[in-house]
Amino acid sequence: MAFLPNIIFAIVLILGIAYFSRNVKKLIRNIKLGRDVDVSDNKSQRLKNMAMIALGQSKMVRRPIAGILHVIVYLGFIIINIEVLEIIVDGLLGTHRIFSFMGSFYGALIGSFEILAVLVFVAVVVFWIRRNIIKLQRFWKAEMTSWPKNDGNFILYFEMVLMALFLIMNATDVQFQDMQSGNIISQHIATWFSGFSDGTLHIIERSAWWLHIVGILIFLNYLYFSKHLHILLAFPNTFYGKLTPQGQFNNLKAVTKEVKMMMDTNVDPFAAPADNGEVPAKFGASDVQDLTWVNLLNAYTCTECGRCTSECPANQTGKKLSPRKIMMDTRDRLEEVGKNIDANNGEFIEDGKQLLDDYITREELWACTTCNACVEACPVSIDPLAIILEMRRYLVMEQSAAPMELNNMMTNIENNGAPWPYNQMDRLNWKNEQ
Amino acid sequence: MSDIVKVPTMAEYMAQGKQPEVLFWVGCAGSFDDRAKKITKAFVKLLNKANVEFAVLGTEESCTGDPAKRAGNEFLFQMQAVTNIEVLNAYEVKKIVTACPHCFNTIKNEYPSLGGNYEVMHHTQFLKTLLAEGRLTIEGGMYKGKRITFHDPCYLGRANNVYEAPRELIQKLEAELVEMKNCRRNGLCCGAGGAQMFKEPEKGDKDVNVERTEQALQIQPEIIAAGCPFCNTMMTDGIKAKEKEASVQVMDIAELIANAQDL
Ligand code: SF4
Ligand code: SF4
Repeated sequence: MAFLPNIIFAIVLILGIAYFSRNVKKLIRNIKLGRDVDVSDNKSQRLKNMAMIALGQSKMVRRPIAGILHVIVYLGFIIINIEVLEIIVDGLLGTHRIFSFMGSFYGALIGSFEILAVLVFVAVVVFWIRRNIIKLQRFWKAEMTSWPKNDGNFILYFEMVLMALFLIMNATDVQFQDMQSGNIISQHIATWFSGFSDGTLHIIERSAWWLHIVGILIFLNYLYFSKHLHILLAFPNTFYGKLTPQGQFNNLKAVTKEVKMMMDTNVDPFAAPADNGEVPAKFGASDVQDLTWVNLLNAYTCTECGRCTSECPANQTGKKLSPRKIMMDTRDRLEEVGKNIDANNGEFIEDGKQLLDDYITREELWACTTCNACVEACPVSIDPLAIILEMRRYLVMEQSAAPMELNNMMTNIENNGAPWPYNQMDRLNWKNEQ
Repeated sequence: MSDIVKVPTMAEYMAQGKQPEVLFWVGCAGSFDDRAKKITKAFVKLLNKANVEFAVLGTEESCTGDPAKRAGNEFLFQMQAVTNIEVLNAYEVKKIVTACPHCFNTIKNEYPSLGGNYEVMHHTQFLKTLLAEGRLTIEGGMYKGKRITFHDPCYLGRANNVYEAPRELIQKLEAELVEMKNCRRNGLCCGAGGAQMFKEPEKGDKDVNVERTEQALQIQPEIIAAGCPFCNTMMTDGIKAKEKEASVQVMDIAELIANAQDL
């Protein structure tokens, strides 16, 4: 009987971690549905970006208020979770505060956790106010209804509760309070419980302890369904982020091959194409499988913060395009495809839907000025423009479905080497004009 | 102002068995658009003044393919790119300068993997080196003390991290450089990029160029300086829409410098 709590603890822990790893596997499988792309170059630059942008949050602080609050929550959350290590050891071995043998060092550690817990709590309350009372515009755009809106708030409540539990756990821990070391904050909270018997205190302390660890396991498993996946994915995402100048769009290799063949006078244009078993490439993207796995990783990493959308010239002037929605749609469709695969024994069965039109409309795609403001604004190196461009490529090269004026522009380039109907032979006329 | 400019072509240089120092890539706007042609001329006057041995491709130049690529037509882009690269490589071009950030970005970033490797400069960068080398001098002249703001072209700024060259040139004019709230990497697009120049905008509640013009007007400039022929058109239209033609001018940096020199 004495081991019952340990056994229950072990079971809860194993279940929590097992479910989490199941979701991680699913996540990886879904991301791998994307086309392969070679991002094995420049490891050192990539590591540096990851250290600066994900760990150092260098792009978060460009908006100082949100940035600094976020750094507090982020650091606080990571550091306080060192405490979880002790909880796990205690839970499995049936010990109590096993690390307390370290004496004053332990006190200093827990003391700093307590201060951080208060800071995190305050920061989270400010976040909540910004979202719900001040109603910052970027949290109230068209795509931020229902789940995305609730998700943002749920996690804030979650963090408040976890921080409160941590402090209550310390405050009602008689032994810990008697140590008189590290209870910087909790000694004040302890006064609220001053009339309680030791037995009651113990029950409160145990409850807080259990709720804290169970809460953390729930949090871990909530991630997969939430924008908070960025806590983990920000790292690989910034690592695999674009290294070339933002203005550089990739040159499609499949097109290069065909263009070179067309231009090469030595190749017989009427010869039967060499049959090397290659599937003719589909140009551009109409669904998530046509995007690269980095695009898909981007979609899962998106924090739905809306910094991209608030900088987007199209969105600012009332157009439907919102780069955040591009990312959210991509993730939603990818999830749908993933569920389809789960339901059909590992194979995707055509469901009559696709990313284009069913999620992202043409009107959105054609409103983009390719200005890169969204890319620049994103705190976790997401590139919404890459997806927009791939989908335009599909529309133009597979469907010939560009807006009429753009078709005219392209016909002009083809015929006269300029986007307007001027003759190439007149290109130098400006020289002699007054 | 004299309008006599020397504009040799690559073919002429080749005929003399010589190589120019730099190729001036004029671009489609610079060749055909009435407003942009003035920028081209202003830049050429500066090149002449500084005795730069430059050449243009003239009728051998063709669209870089930028608008086609951003519209999604990779085929047309690569056809244009490969054709242009063939011409450039045949002339053994090493260095290119252009007054169009779109041409600049495309040739600099997207041509190399198709076989076109050149040193590419935006005209503001090139003018800056001419100054540094003492080949060109600027006096404030008519722009001394004027309030000038610079609108960052997306394909020069964010796309290629060139923010300072145009600003340094404005300061050389002894003008008062004033910044919009959204500038440098936070600069707002003029609305022309990504082939938008060639189509009507999607439904919305405002045009992007009007929004950007309003941002500029907030800081009451006398001149909005641009570094891109498309931005120039968009901002000029924005000023017209706001009926401010009488008090605010939209000028390319090359024009400002050429005017200051009384060229
Ligand atoms: S690149 Fe397109 S989507 Fe991104 S901010 Fe600019 S216009 Fe908006
Ligand atoms: S793409 Fe980046 S900037 Fe846009 S909402 Fe997602 S995380 Fe925020």
